[in-house]
Formats: sequence, structure tokens, C-alpha cells
Amino acid sequence: MRVRTRVLSAVTAAGALLAMSGCGKADMTKQSSPYANAAGAKTVTLSVQSWVGAQADVAVAEYLLDHELGYRVDKVQIDEVPAWDALSQGRVDAIMEDWGHPEQEQRYIKDKKTIVPGGDVGVTGHIGWYVPTYFAKKHPDVTNWKNLNKYADQFRTAESGGQGQLMDGSPSYVTNDKALVKNLDLDYKVVFAGSEAAQITQIEQFAKQRKPFLTYWYKPQWLFDKVPMTEVKLPAYKEGCDADPAKIKCAYPHTPLQKYFNADFAKKGGDAAEFLKKFHWSEKDQNEVSLLIADKKMSPQDAAKAWIDKNESTWKAWLPK
Amino acid sequence: MATATASSPVRDTGIGALLRHRAVGKLLLLAVAAAVLVPIANAKWASGAWPDALTVDLTEPLARTTDWIIDNRDSHWLFTYFFGHISNAIVVSVRAVYLVLLAGGWAGVIAGGALIAWRVAGVRLAVLTAASFGLCGLLNMWVPTMQTLALMVVAVLASVVLGVLMGLAAGLSDRVFRMLRPVLDTMQVFPAFSYLLPAVLIFGVGVPAAVLATVIYAAPPMARLTALGLRGADGGVMEAVTSLGTTARQRLFSARLPLARKELLLGLNQTIMMALSMAVIASMIGGAGLGDRVYQALGSVDVGAALAAGIPIVLLAVVLDRVTSAAGERMGANPVDRQTRGGAYWWVTGGRGSALAAVVTAVVAVAFRFADRLDWPESWTVNIVEPVNTAKEWMVDHIYTGVPVVGGTADWAAHFTTWVLDPVRDGLQGMPWWSVLLVVAALAWLIGTWQTALTAVLAMAGIGVLGVWDKSLDTLSQVLAAVAVTTVVGFAIGIATARSERFERLLRPVLDIFQTMPQFVYLIPVVALFGIGRAPAVAAAIVYALPAVIRITTQGLRQVSPAAMESSKSLGATDWQRLRQVQLPLARPALLLAVNQAVVLVLAVVVIGGLVGGGALGYDVLYGIAQGDLASGLVGGAAIVCLGLMLDRVTQPTVRREHSAKKGA
Repeated sequence: MRVRTRVLSAVTAAGALLAMSGCGKADMTKQSSPYANAAGAKTVTLSVQSWVGAQADVAVAEYLLDHELGYRVDKVQIDEVPAWDALSQGRVDAIMEDWGHPEQEQRYIKDKKTIVPGGDVGVTGHIGWYVPTYFAKKHPDVTNWKNLNKYADQFRTAESGGQGQLMDGSPSYVTNDKALVKNLDLDYKVVFAGSEAAQITQIEQFAKQRKPFLTYWYKPQWLFDKVPMTEVKLPAYKEGCDADPAKIKCAYPHTPLQKYFNADFAKKGGDAAEFLKKFHWSEKDQNEVSLLIADKKMSPQDAAKAWIDKNESTWKAWLPK
Repeated sequence: MATATASSPVRDTGIGALLRHRAVGKLLLLAVAAAVLVPIANAKWASGAWPDALTVDLTEPLARTTDWIIDNRDSHWLFTYFFGHISNAIVVSVRAVYLVLLAGGWAGVIAGGALIAWRVAGVRLAVLTAASFGLCGLLNMWVPTMQTLALMVVAVLASVVLGVLMGLAAGLSDRVFRMLRPVLDTMQVFPAFSYLLPAVLIFGVGVPAAVLATVIYAAPPMARLTALGLRGADGGVMEAVTSLGTTARQRLFSARLPLARKELLLGLNQTIMMALSMAVIASMIGGAGLGDRVYQALGSVDVGAALAAGIPIVLLAVVLDRVTSAAGERMGANPVDRQTRGGAYWWVTGGRGSALAAVVTAVVAVAFRFADRLDWPESWTVNIVEPVNTAKEWMVDHIYTGVPVVGGTADWAAHFTTWVLDPVRDGLQGMPWWSVLLVVAALAWLIGTWQTALTAVLAMAGIGVLGVWDKSLDTLSQVLAAVAVTTVVGFAIGIATARSERFERLLRPVLDIFQTMPQFVYLIPVVALFGIGRAPAVAAAIVYALPAVIRITTQGLRQVSPAAMESSKSLGATDWQRLRQVQLPLARPALLLAVNQAVVLVLAVVVIGGLVGGGALGYDVLYGIAQGDLASGLVGGAAIVCLGLMLDRVTQPTVRREHSAKKGA
């Protein structure tokens, strides 16, 4: 049993050493990943959100950081709200695509000043309700919310019971759908797919059989190229009409997507920070990369490379002088 | 007049006999209690749904807690002087292990792994280890595998230290043992997802929170088995040692711990397996490594890529499981041999072998470092992504719907939802709340004691108080359906494997894979086959729980005494008669355990079911993590714990004692 005691004392010693080395204050705002900057490499940690658009941003940024500026990129996939928290603690250096989180902006940018805005991505996001185009062509009036009740029984599934099914996705996404269904008096039940992956799989499945469906979805998104979908008009969005979540009766806004950086990283991040600030591309560019990743099942690196090879003039402008 | 007839002598013996029959007595007593209580409850809260007056809304206080933590995290002493140091210590140790692994290079790690396996478990496992690591590299997963390995080493070490400490305390003191048991139960039943959230709040997203969540989940089996080993020490040996005039400390180190060696190693083995099963779940909070790759691949609905990252997890699990259990067998096999030869002799030869192994590892690592071949060579990779995705597409195209006669998988799912899930759910939700409590009380009391019945009822009432009565019944209906299917299918396959060794050998690797493959990996195929909703969630739960049920059933049937089987054969019983009248009744405890395990495992997947549209409590917990909403996450988690507690008491009260230590298995 000598070995066990030896191991035990070694562990105790290591623990004591750690305790002693850290007798002072520990700074919870500087908590980088244990994998960062390993083996002498400079690294940048980027947060990847679950949708493919964000993966495309990160893939292209990663490739250029790696091949043009000599950084190694660590990616961490986290949901949106926890990602803000991680950004403020310095566990990730940048979020490449944010769809608007007013509460978080107030807390971290204005109050705590641990996060700084990084400018537009160049892409405008919009959430809405969609039906497949093959169905909208046959029934043009389905694209207005006032006629939705007429079609409720066509959208029925085992899961929605007697009502029509409005399919929602991941719990991390911004949604007012339950309130909308109630306030607009629609004969629908919101069914949560629970994750974007499940939602996409189900949409593709419906499309294969050319079945009608109604779903929460958003633009820009690669899936539109595979399954063309038409938006259903909801009562128009007006500034402030979504102020009270329980009483919402209007459509979702159009949001220019934003980048956000950890405040320290923005100041001391050198070339990487400068490059990420300048990163700015169009919806078309992003969709091109997204489709390669999600539909052609290319690895994000290969997809990014394919785009980078063709669009040198665009990304040359992002590099630090 | 009723009293008059009841008091007549003839009737009296009748009722007396009936009352002596315990089950009927219990039910009668319960009926009397119900007759008194139900009218009162009904008069006060007329509707059948759980009365609002009896709920406690935790949203407000929990939201305030969240805000307080975030606002004070950078300044309050609790964080800067306590949690901050824990967090730093974890980061430093994971980083240290990771750097060592990187410095070893792929060749060094493979050599080191194989040599360790050779030292503790023999040549065959050394080859297995080397091959498995090689396969991780071939799948182009070398770096993520090393990240996961680093995280695992630290998490397992921490779990073992914590588990052994708890186990020592529980093993040496009866009072601590009794106090710790409910704590350990809660640590295991509480869905990992719901303590991810508090961990994230305190430590922030990333490795420290992931390690901490893993430790909470993986330490209990170590603690239980340590306590079990210490308590089970042979009385004769202990007396002999005491008579030699040893101190308590000497007794512990020279007799008790060595005697508990087997349990300790089994505990280590269980802890490793549980830690690995957390690897993917921890990726939801930025744990990085293989789990993160699985999770990211699923974001783009890429089953092939998810599988490529899932296979290394399975391989790590298989290697670590086989190596630690082989080490356990060796230790158990020749203790006498080692003791007679003297500890010193063994440690010298062992030490020499280990030193040799260390030197070889170092030489390999240094050689490859000078050759500048530290990174896994990129040309040595195999791409399994495309073929897997093609296979999946084919399956979906051909069996999703419209298969002649049997119908497609989507049709089955729809039928299952409308014919089974809906009626069960609506039935449960339609029952007045007090009648649900009565049914629970009756079931638990019939099988166990009044204490178990009380616990079950209180657990069920707790759900109502938390304000998630309807959602919990929805979840319960899914659990019941999944458990029913799992037990029927599991018993059938278990009976088949118990009868044929060959079939069992064929099935074994399949069961291994399903038990260790991260559940996330089969979520997409499940959706592709069954659509979204509760049916695919149930399917995922069945796939996850089935292997354990099959294994326990097979083992239980095999252990039925051969003498009983022989004698029934000699009486001319047919195979079917023997199975039904001898084997199954004799294996009853094992079958009950199988049902209980089915319940526990199905409940563990309830949260994952939320990811494919299972809704109810699982979705609440996911929503809590995604939105940083402590209230919905914790309340959902607590309700799942209550359901688990209730179902456990209802299914397995009588044999609880002896198998509670094995629950981690």
C-alpha cells in the first residue's frame, strides 16, 4: 500500500502548492481555456453558435487567422446567452454573429464594460413563419396570417392533436410564437423540435414527401436553397410593438447581425482583434459557405477554403496593414 | 346495521383473516384515509388539476439569485477567494495534463498507453489500447481526443479523491453512512443538465464547470463501493489484526483498504465510465474535446461527423473499462501469491517493469520529437463521414414511410403517439390530483413498507408544489411507455441470449457500443426515422436503456441454480415450461432489478428527449440552460428527481438495500 500513500501525499502536496500559489485574489474575469496558447502557438477562441451561418463566419475567420496571420483558433459551441457570459469572462474572445440580446448588452457593455461591440457582420437577420413554396403556390392565400386557420387541419400532425402544428426549434432561439398564436387567435399548437438539428431533419423529411408544414425559421439560412420556403405575413413590425412579451401581436424585426468582443481582447488582441473587427461580408457570401458545410457536408475548413479561393479581393481588405 | 353484522362471530373470523392478509389490510386502511381526506380536499379545491394554492413559485427568488451571482462574481470574496481558486486549480491541472500529452506526441502517447495497459492488464489489452488510439488518429480526431483525455484524467482523479474520502467516512462510521446515502442518491438521479446551469453561473462556461459537473456525477459510485468494501472487511481478519495491537490507522492501511482492493478498483472503473458519459453533455457548456465535436456536427445535421467523434469516445470507454477491470481481476486472483512472496518482492519487479515502460515511452516521445512528427500525420486519416451519411440517407429514403404492409417508421411513430402516448398522458392528466397520489401510495405500500409509500407520495406531491404537475405527468407517460417497451423487448432478447452463448457473444459488442456511444449521436437518426415529437424521444430512451435490461436479464437467468433446472428436466418439463415455471420465477429478483434499471436509465434520457421534441420537463431543463434561466432549469430538474424517487420506490423497494451500491453500474 506504500504506493497508494505516496500518491495520496503527492496529491495533497500538489493541492497545497496550488493553494499557496493562489493565496491572493483569483480573477474571475480572466479565465482563459486550458487548451489556449498551448505548445507555443498564439490562439484565438471563438464562440460558435449552433446555426450554420455562425459556423460559416467562424470557419472563414478561422482559416484566415490560421493561414494568413498564424493564429491557432479554438472553437467552443455554446448557446447564445451563456456565450455572452463566457465572453465577459474571457473564456471566448469573440462572438461572430449575435441576433440581439438587449438585456445582455445592458449588463455587460454598459454596466460592467467587459464586452465591446465589434461592428456589423454585414448580414441582416430576420425571423418569421414559413410554409414550403410548393404549398404556397397551390394555396396563395396561406401566406397571410388571417387565412391560417383555414389551413389548420392540413398542418395537423400526431404531435399537435386536433390543431395545426407550428414547428419551433431550439429552446435557445428568440421566439414569441406561443404569445402570437394566442393573441392572433390561431387554431395552432406550437411544437418545439428541441434543437435546430431536429427541426432541419423534420423540414427535409416533410419536403421529401411534399407535405404542407408551417415552421418558425430565419434568414439568412442555407436550407432555403434546398427547401424553398415562403414567408407568412404577420401583422407588420413597429418599433416597440414587442415591448410586452405577453401582448405581442406583430412580426419579428429585421436585425443587422453584430459582432462582440471581450474588452481585453479588443484592446490587446493585436492582429487577430484588428482582423476580426474588419471582418464584413454579404448574405450571399455567407450562404455560399453555409450551404457547402450543411448540405454538401464539407468540413467547415474545406468550405471556407473554397470561398476564400474565389473571393480574394473581399478578404484581403480585412487583413491588418 | 353494518357494525352489527361485522361483529357477529362468523363474520369476524372472515374479516380477521382478510385483515391478516397484509395487502388487503393496507388497501383498506388507505381507503379509509382517502374517504376522510378526499372530501376535504375536494371541498377546498374543487378542480381535478393540482390546486394553485398548494404551489410555490420559485421563479422570482431564483432569478434574483442569478442576477446576484453575475453581478458579484468579479468582486465578492466567495468567488475571488474560493470558487476562483478552484476554477484556476482545475484549469492549471487540465492544462498540465494536456501539455504533457502534446509533448509526448502521438507516438509517445500510444507507446505510453500501451505500456501502461501491458503493466496492469497484459499483452492483449496493450495491443487493444494501441489500436484504439491509432484509430482515434485515423479518424482525424487526435487533438480532440487528447483534450478529452486531459479533461477525463483530471475529472476522474478529482472524483476518486472525493469518492474515496466520502467512502472512507461512510465506511468507518454508521452515522455518516446513513447521512451520505440520500446525498449520493440525489447526486446520481438529478439530471446532469440541471446542475450544468448552476456550475456555469458560478464558474462560467468552459472546462472548470465541465469538470465540476463531471465530478458530481462520477464520484458517487467510487464513494459507494469504497464504503461497501470497507464495511465488508472479513471480521476474522480484522480481529486477528486488532489482536496484534495495531492502531486504527495501521488497521485501515494494512488490512481494511487492501481487503477492499477489488471494490476500490470496481469503483474506479465505474467512475471512469460515468465520467466519460458526461463528456458529451459537458460539451453543452463549452467542455471542448470530442463531445464538442459531436455537438457541433449535430448542429449541421451531420451524423457522419458526429459518429467520427463518437467512435473515439466509445474506444476510450472500452479501453479504460477493459484495462481497469482486467487489473481488478488480476488483483483479485492472486492476493495470496503476492502476500506470501512478500510485498517488497512484487513492488521491486513491478517497479522495474514500470520503470522500463516509462523509459521506453520517453525514448519514443523524444525520438519523434526530434523527427518533428509530434502531430498526427494528416495523410493518415480515413474519412467515414460520407459513407455514413449516404447510408443514413438510404435508410431514411426507403423506410420512413409507405413501406407496403408494415408501413414506414414515420407511420409507426404517429400511431404510437396517438394510440399509446396520447391516451396514457390524457388519462394521467385527467385523473384528479389526489387520486394520482392514492394510486402511488397504494402501489408503493403494496410492494414496500409505509415509509416507502410515504416517500413516494411526498415526491409526487413535491412535483405539484413546484407547479409542474401537468408537465410531469406528460413526462411520466413517456417514461411509462418507454419502460414498458424496454422491458418487453429486453426480456425477450435477454431470454434468447441466456439460451445461446453464441448469440450472446455476437450481441456483446453491439450492447457495448449502445451503452457508451453518446446519446447525442443517435438523436438525428431517430428524428430522421420517426420525425419530431414524443415518439422519437421514447425511441431514444429505449435504445439507451435496452442494453442494461438485456444484460441483467441474461445474467439473472443464467444464475438460476442448475440443480433446479436439471430436476425439472428430469420431471419431463418442456423447454417452455421450464422457462416459465422454473427459470423466470427463480430469476425474479434479477428481473425486478432490470425493470428498476430501465426506469432509472429512461429517466436519464428524458432531458435528451427534449432535444427531439419530447417537450415537457426535458424541454424545460434545456430551456433553462439555453436561456440562462435558473428557475426553469432547476425546477424541471427537481421534478425529474421527484419522478425518479417515486418510480424507484414503486418499482423496487424490497431489494433496494443490497443493490443500492450497484446503482451506478
